Amino acid sequence: MTKPAVPSSQGGAASGWRGIVADWSSDQRSFKTASWGKVMMWVFLLSDTFIFGCFLLSYMTARLSTTAPWPNASEVFSLEIAGQHMPLLLIAIMTFVLITSSGTMAMAVNFGYRRQRRKTALLLLLTAGLGVMFVGMQAFEWSKLIAEGVRPWENPFGAPQFGAIFFMVTGFHGTHVSIGVIFLLVIARKVWRGDFDTGRPGFFTTRRGRYESVEIMGLYWHFVDLVWVFIFAFFYLW
Amino acid sequence: MTGISHDASASVPPAEIEDMALYHPRSWWTKYVFSQDAKVIAVQYAVTALSIGMVALVLSWLIRLQLGFPGLIEFIDVDRYYQIITMHGMIMVVYLLTALFLGGFGNYLIPLMVGARDMVFPYANMLSFWLYFVAVMLLVISFFVPGGPTGAGWTLYPPQAILSNTPGQQWGIMLMLVSLIIFIIGFTLGGLNYTVTVLQARARGMTLMRLPLTIWGIFVATVMALLAFPALFVAAVMMLFDKYLGTSFFMPTLVEMGEQLRYGGGSPILFQHLFWFFGHPEVYIVALPAFGIVSDLISTHARRNIFGYRMMVWAIVGIGVLSFVVWAHHMYVSGMNPYFGFFFATTTLIIAVPTAIKVYNWVLTLWRGDIHLNVPMLFALGFIVTFVNGGLSGLFLGNVVVDVPLSDTMFVVAHFHMVMGVAPILVIFGAIYHWYPKVTGRMLGDLLGKFHFWVTFVGAYLIFFPMHYLGLMGLPRRYFDTADIMIMPASAHTLNAFISIMAFIVGFAQITFVFNLVWSLRHGKPAGPNPWRATTLEWQTPQTPPAHGNWGDELPLVYRWAYDYSVPGAKQDFIPQNEPGTLTRGGTA
Repeated sequence: MTKPAVPSSQGGAASGWRGIVADWSSDQRSFKTASWGKVMMWVFLLSDTFIFGCFLLSYMTARLSTTAPWPNASEVFSLEIAGQHMPLLLIAIMTFVLITSSGTMAMAVNFGYRRQRRKTALLLLLTAGLGVMFVGMQAFEWSKLIAEGVRPWENPFGAPQFGAIFFMVTGFHGTHVSIGVIFLLVIARKVWRGDFDTGRPGFFTTRRGRYESVEIMGLYWHFVDLVWVFIFAFFYLW
Repeated sequence: MTGISHDASASVPPAEIEDMALYHPRSWWTKYVFSQDAKVIAVQYAVTALSIGMVALVLSWLIRLQLGFPGLIEFIDVDRYYQIITMHGMIMVVYLLTALFLGGFGNYLIPLMVGARDMVFPYANMLSFWLYFVAVMLLVISFFVPGGPTGAGWTLYPPQAILSNTPGQQWGIMLMLVSLIIFIIGFTLGGLNYTVTVLQARARGMTLMRLPLTIWGIFVATVMALLAFPALFVAAVMMLFDKYLGTSFFMPTLVEMGEQLRYGGGSPILFQHLFWFFGHPEVYIVALPAFGIVSDLISTHARRNIFGYRMMVWAIVGIGVLSFVVWAHHMYVSGMNPYFGFFFATTTLIIAVPTAIKVYNWVLTLWRGDIHLNVPMLFALGFIVTFVNGGLSGLFLGNVVVDVPLSDTMFVVAHFHMVMGVAPILVIFGAIYHWYPKVTGRMLGDLLGKFHFWVTFVGAYLIFFPMHYLGLMGLPRRYFDTADIMIMPASAHTLNAFISIMAFIVGFAQITFVFNLVWSLRHGKPAGPNPWRATTLEWQTPQTPPAHGNWGDELPLVYRWAYDYSVPGAKQDFIPQNEPGTLTRGGTA
């Protein structure tokens, strides 16, 4: 062991597992193609996954350990429209809206990298609009349940934990969507104003933004969407 | 050993990342208060953590006053006693140790040791500290609200934590839970910084396998914290709901004061699982930075390369992974399925393997080393001994059959104070003596330091060693008054009084440390850039203390690992990481 070897840092030279090993044993960066912001978002989402994981596991534990019967989701979450009984109708629409917003988000990212300022901003606004729509429908769902007598501590359908966990988990997810909407609006404004073209420094951080911010925003938005799929499956279909 | 001269920069890969755009403060406020410089934030973290730690130290005196001399102080009644032990535990574990290791040492050392100009997100870093500060302030406020702080024990187990007879029902429990939630949000902002800086902002030539072990320890601990704190976050949110919205996540059907409560159907065990899924990794979140720092202290002050660097790294990673599958060994007496105990006892004992590797490697690093018994080295040696002691009693408690009779006795108190109280604190002291010259440009007083070490080290043993014995006799922990326990002989009470007196002495001895910190700021011996003749990058900065941006115009180039001490043929007994050349003791990556 007399010769200090030159660290191999030419990322992308090897592929597959060898490429990963080469990247990680190189200097400066472990993820050769990812910027700081993007790595930060991925690490944050990993951490956030654990939060939602803990919430959902707590929900499963509570559901399995409570002695009172668990309410039938398709009955609780049903709408009466024109005399027709429609189970899970609202949720289906909400899910559709949120997944559509992921599509518009992906298009915004695409146009962002093509530097089409107006289209990017409009698609971001559309995404935010769909997000607001989702939260609005959630508010409607909540008020309907509250009107039917569902409370965090009790509900007319069965186990009291049903209402508690429903409000907590959908509320926490709704908060994520709302925060996402705020950031979507902020980034849409920046894109519209051309901050990412002119390299205008950020108000708080004084860092110059790049169109990559749109993609990082997209990572968050898709994550929130993905979490909804799990909540949907575990709350409404189980 | 050939010293072939070659173009130095040829052995370092070209730059991949552009130089960091620094935030330049424009006023006193943005330079010293809302600073975005990791070094200033580190000092802010350290001073806040040490200050609140002093509060916890005083609380420990009050505990010992009651245990050693029951009834001597009227002020300490049953309720206050439980509030005191609760706040002592929570402050020490979360607000002192976690904050100081990751927020303090992490902020100071990560950018300097990996060769970056600053953390990658300085603004988030600043927010991180101020959220931590708010969290600490909420804890302080809880001492002064009606009803005082919560007295639920630091584990905050429900249902007791939110029942109406537990002290701190009015405000204390809410302030504690909200403070924890804010702490976690603040830590997440900082933790993202530490993780991304280590992964993505290293100097040219600084591979992961050339990182000093300090950075490895802090890095793995940060990743663990980012994955473990969510469980505490969720538990805190759910408990707040149980308390203030009347939900029953953790609350079973209960009768209190002859009245049935409105709760029903919840699972207190669920809280314990969530809490310890955070709580056990937390032990290693505190221990891993200590492991890393102590490796560097020992290597530097024994003038010898760390033994088995790669094994040390993998042991840190292995401990980090394993610590997520051992949590229920805190719950052997909770009424889990017995098969769980079998599984968790097995995983717990497996952790002893990587831990033992680390201890052997420290000892082998010392073996035939040129040991300088200066203050940081004394603390490092003190750590090894203390940690081995605490680890051995951990083997007792990890086994279900041995743990059941020992649960909730003073044996447990002795165990975790040795292993995650005294041991990491010794490292913190050693690390402060080691890096103070870099932070301030002046040495800490040597004689006072040695006095501080011997009193703290010997005193800590005199405090916690007898507790093992008390625990084996069956003296329960968390009891307000043990005088009436029939099984205890009179000698046990004498021992309790002895422990208390020792605790006062050790506590008072910390005044010498605080005095040393303050006095040396002005009057310490000027340190120069590299007083310990160490190899790592933070000692090679152009200015001491390092200026904003750390490195002047040129970022450092790294040619070797961090442990080239006493290399045969070299002109001095250490070769800094940024010195080119082929002489080395390893460190190829």
